[in-house]
Amino acid sequence: MSSFTKFLNSSIGKKLMMAVTGSFLLIFLIIHLIGNITLFFGAEAFNGYVGALDVVKPLIRVVEVVLLAAFVLHIFNGLKLWIENKRARGVNYKVNGSPENSALYSRTMFLSGSIIFIFLVSHLGTFFWRFNVYDPMGLANIHQYFDIVVYFFGIWWYVILYVIAMVLLGFHLNHGFQSAFQTFGWNHKKYFPLIQKIGAIYAVFMAIGFASMPIYFFFFYGGNQ
Amino acid sequence: MEAKKLNLTLKIWRQKNSNSAGSFIDYKVQVSPDASFLEMLDELNNSLELKGEEAVHFESDCREGICGTCGLVINGRPHGPLAKIATCQLHMRNFKDGDTLWVEPFRAKAFSVIKDLMVDRSGFDKILQAGGYISVNTGGVPDANAIPIPKEISSLAMDAAACIGCGACVAACKNASAMLFVSAKVSQYALLPQGQPERYQRVEKMVKVMDELGFGSCTNTYACEAECPKGISVTNIARLNRDFIMAKIKNKEVEV
Repeated sequence: MSSFTKFLNSSIGKKLMMAVTGSFLLIFLIIHLIGNITLFFGAEAFNGYVGALDVVKPLIRVVEVVLLAAFVLHIFNGLKLWIENKRARGVNYKVNGSPENSALYSRTMFLSGSIIFIFLVSHLGTFFWRFNVYDPMGLANIHQYFDIVVYFFGIWWYVILYVIAMVLLGFHLNHGFQSAFQTFGWNHKKYFPLIQKIGAIYAVFMAIGFASMPIYFFFFYGGNQ
Repeated sequence: MEAKKLNLTLKIWRQKNSNSAGSFIDYKVQVSPDASFLEMLDELNNSLELKGEEAVHFESDCREGICGTCGLVINGRPHGPLAKIATCQLHMRNFKDGDTLWVEPFRAKAFSVIKDLMVDRSGFDKILQAGGYISVNTGGVPDANAIPIPKEISSLAMDAAACIGCGACVAACKNASAMLFVSAKVSQYALLPQGQPERYQRVEKMVKVMDELGFGSCTNTYACEAECPKGISVTNIARLNRDFIMAKIKNKEVEV
């Protein structure tokens, strides 16, 4: 084993892997949200935005590969850590005292992550696949991406899945943001409370931002079908 | 006037040895609110011995919260419900008449149960043997204050050195991670000039042994800090992470 893989397999190396990939995904989400705000400005704005991304497609494809790698490493490593950490306890406590000493969202990263993963698969299977690969309704071919969004966000259970996943995403990000700083070793008693606040604001912003889209489309466009 | 005694139901983990399966056994006790938790167990053991039954095994030494020998999980909380005290400093006045208390050993794969509430914490010794020291191989006694150390820094090092190695951090962590303990031991040397020569070798060696012993990984829930009887801060874990990452860069520099 090379010294680098040894490093990545150490307990701190695994934490670092989660923090590095997680930080990349934190930045991705900001860009993703900003781009998707065009949805609120109607069909022309959104289709124009997707069209603009088409122009820089080779660059987008490179970013997508990095993004895929970040997701795969984050998910695989998270799963591995969860299994190892379960084993490290051995026998479970009869009485669970953890609500008294730690925050719920920090203890449920695997659960929130798992549900976000289910969401991610469905999200890619619908929007990403239809936008980029094949759209049975033929809307992507004529660049009517907005109508695809209207179609999916008119389905009530799809909207519910989105909203639940986004609430859990907020939980996940709230812990993840400050956790990344701690893992990088950037914890200082003076500025860490500020980092935790920024993380909480970021998490709430992302959860509300992404959840507002399916809700908006369901109520304002859902009836048009 | 003596205070009214409390009637409590204790559900205590009894386990014959590390190979056998354990279970909870109920004991009804009457105890003075002035008694400490360990005194209550002493009284219980006296009554058990009078009946010819085997005493409940648990560890204690100084009984004033400085040695780190005692450690029980009471109703799911290492060292009981109060903050910044060891089990021996917990008094029965903190419980109500009629309470049921679940008493469990520290649970971690790396802390195997020896008997009842006693666990094998020799893993901590192994981590310390790997790097929890400074080497002073030669020379006369140095002058006091020959090496200037800012007061703030020496205080910070003392805060880290306050760790008594009880293992409550491992018991509290949902991953049974020993990061708070290791980070305190790394920090107490990393902060001081005397710890510098071995700083980066130390952190690598100690983390390596910690991982080999089967402690879990830290996921930054900070339960350890909340349950630590000495209030060791998780900023030490950040320092450990920092030094570990730096060690991977610096130690490479001098490797042949």
